Amino acid sequence: MPTYSNTDTAAYKNVWVFCEQREGKLMPTDFELISEGRKLADELGVKLCGLLLGHNVEGIAKELGGYGADEIIIADDPLLEVYTTDGYTKVICETVEELKPEVLLFGATNIGRDLGPRCAARLHTGLCADCTHLDVDMPLYMDFLKENSTLPENRLDLIAKHTVKVLGEDHDTTRDLKMTRPAFGGHLMASIICPRFRPAMATVRPGVLAKAPFDQAKADAVAINKVKANITAADIHEDVKEVVKAAKKLVDLVGADYIVSVGRGISKDVDTGIKIAQEMADVLGGVVGGSRVAVDSGWLSPDHQVGQTGKTVHPKVYVALGISGSIQHKAGMSDSEFIIAVNKNPNAPIFEVADYGITGDLFKVAPLLTEAIKAEKAAK
Amino acid sequence: MKILVCVKQVPDTSGVVAVNPDGTLDRASMETIINPDDLNAVEAALQIKDETGCKVVVVTMGPPPAEGMLRELEAMGADEAYLISDRVFGGSDTYATSQIIAAALHKIGIEDDDVVMCGRQAIDGDTAQVGPQIAEKLNLPQITYVGDIHKEGNKITCKRMLEDGYMTIEVQTPCLLTCIKELNEPRYMSVGRIMDAYSMPLTVLDNEALKDEPLIDPTTIGLKGSPTNILTSFTPPQKGAGTMLEGNGAETCQKLAGIMADKHII
Ligand SMILES: Cc1cc2nc3c(=O)[nH]c(=O)nc-3n(C[C@H](O)[C@H](O)[C@H](O)COP(=O)(O)OP(=O)(O)OC[C@H]3O[C@@H](n4cnc5c(N)ncnc54)[C@H](O)[C@@H]3O)c2cc1C
Ligand SMILES: Nc1ncnc2c1ncn2[C@@H]1O[C@H](COP(=O)(O)O)[C@@H](O)[C@H]1O
Repeated sequence: MPTYSNTDTAAYKNVWVFCEQREGKLMPTDFELISEGRKLADELGVKLCGLLLGHNVEGIAKELGGYGADEIIIADDPLLEVYTTDGYTKVICETVEELKPEVLLFGATNIGRDLGPRCAARLHTGLCADCTHLDVDMPLYMDFLKENSTLPENRLDLIAKHTVKVLGEDHDTTRDLKMTRPAFGGHLMASIICPRFRPAMATVRPGVLAKAPFDQAKADAVAINKVKANITAADIHEDVKEVVKAAKKLVDLVGADYIVSVGRGISKDVDTGIKIAQEMADVLGGVVGGSRVAVDSGWLSPDHQVGQTGKTVHPKVYVALGISGSIQHKAGMSDSEFIIAVNKNPNAPIFEVADYGITGDLFKVAPLLTEAIKAEKAAK
Repeated sequence: MKILVCVKQVPDTSGVVAVNPDGTLDRASMETIINPDDLNAVEAALQIKDETGCKVVVVTMGPPPAEGMLRELEAMGADEAYLISDRVFGGSDTYATSQIIAAALHKIGIEDDDVVMCGRQAIDGDTAQVGPQIAEKLNLPQITYVGDIHKEGNKITCKRMLEDGYMTIEVQTPCLLTCIKELNEPRYMSVGRIMDAYSMPLTVLDNEALKDEPLIDPTTIGLKGSPTNILTSFTPPQKGAGTMLEGNGAETCQKLAGIMADKHII
């Protein structure tokens, strides 16, 4: 007698965020997703729950309340201390089947993108990968479309009607999670819904959604709901031999306020190119980033890459030195507050997104700009 | 022992990307390539073949012209190829796609010492979901983001790369791995094998061939079997171009720094 039907969409309530921890520490994406989840839960008029798996993790749970979670569901077990696909999938799927959330979000970290699809396949539901924008509320979604798409009025009017055809039948999209993501290398955006199954699932790109201000009173008030982790060693078919942190500190592009990025334009003298970028970054109080070419050529390590396969950044100032501005690069940096581009080709596409552009040789221009910024700062 | 590699033919999104007026991709006018990460998976399989003499089987799901890609992969060193192709498979999202590919792999047969390999992600959809979803459907342990592979008998040890380091993980075959570009440098196809490739085994699996597989059911394949639906697709607007400054000397730079100071961003 099947008691679990994921097509009975009305039986599903609440927004859940899978809160990833590594070595007992929450990930920055957890706070972004809890903040966004708060918005979605309010639009749906339901509770926001964090789902935390690990061992001895209760101490870190309350902090999630400070960003808007009503409740933290904790599954605590020594077998969950270190991430395994098998262990986490089993516990998450069983908890979902029991408590029936309407929406389930994961950070699109390497672990989130390992776990999310495995869970969605087991739960027989839809998963939208690497989303950059989420809405439930239709008017809010329409505002987003008006600002961020080139869709004509008549198409927008149709979407605003709340009804779409799904397998030939009218479907009301009022309560659906609208999950928007870039595809085809950022050339296209798509909004996806999961109309027939619950939970609607998404992985969300790190660094894109804003973190709410922390509220200690809310953190103190958060409810803790401990659930049983029904797991034994025999359920886990992976043997994790070691977990190694990168020896070198990785550059924190996502959190940086100032980024000076270099591209193929530095190729004739890579060492000098990186040095002048670093000098500018130092004067600004920021970090060096790079295009995929700079990373693929081995000039910078992969944690420096900005763009579609790299990181999405939104610093106060983004300086692009010798970067052409491919659509994949722009996908990761065009939301920066203030963009400066230096390129010797006056027709480089990077100038299309730059607030200010200078046509010239970066090896000459960048040191002059660094000096000028230094002088302005000294004068303040 | 054999290694089954899932390979997808994708539009080249680094070139000119043509978009239809309705917001869908104009695939017909675009060049197709072998998905870059999948070439790393093929290379990883061929390296194990070089060491152990195992068989390498390439599998794709796509329209009939994907056969050309399979021949190229046979010229690279694959021993056998399967093309999963049927009109009823069209419109599949990642859930339905992995359901169908898993059914095909089951039909081909997965032995105790076999390994399934995928790329990390395909550059058209960029989802990275099909690999783990195939693993789930076939009940195989999975290691994603594989940056290093060691095989010893039926034991596979891999590094799963993370943003801040890596995990070393050991699994027993049969298992599924998804490969990243840092894993290796794919070889070129051998010119000598190009002609031979056309006489190598290539099997087409259509719905008729797969319909008795337990994973294949009209409600789990194609558009009907896809839990996700596209509400709308659209092209993002271009941000208005900013100001091109005159000149590129010290004066120009001082002017720009002055603007930044006025805007209180430095
Ligand atoms: C699926 C996919 C994902 C991708 N993801 C990313 C990503 O995440 N991030 C990313 O960056 N790319 C990504 N790419 C690659 C992207 O398409 C481009 O190839 C890459 O961004 C180009 O890097 P670039 O601008 O440094 O080099 P180029 O395009 O070669 O541009 C170099 C520029 O430097 C200028 N120049 C040369 N010398 C000088 C000089 N002395 N002074 C000033 N200017 C000079 C040239 O005029 C030129 O405009 C991706 C591609 C694909 C297919
Ligand atoms: N149609 C397909 N045929 C064969 N393999 C595929 C197909 N779609 C996806 N894959 C495999 O799954 C990986 C991830 O794809 P995706 O989830 O689309 O990003 C790819 O790198 C391929 O190895």
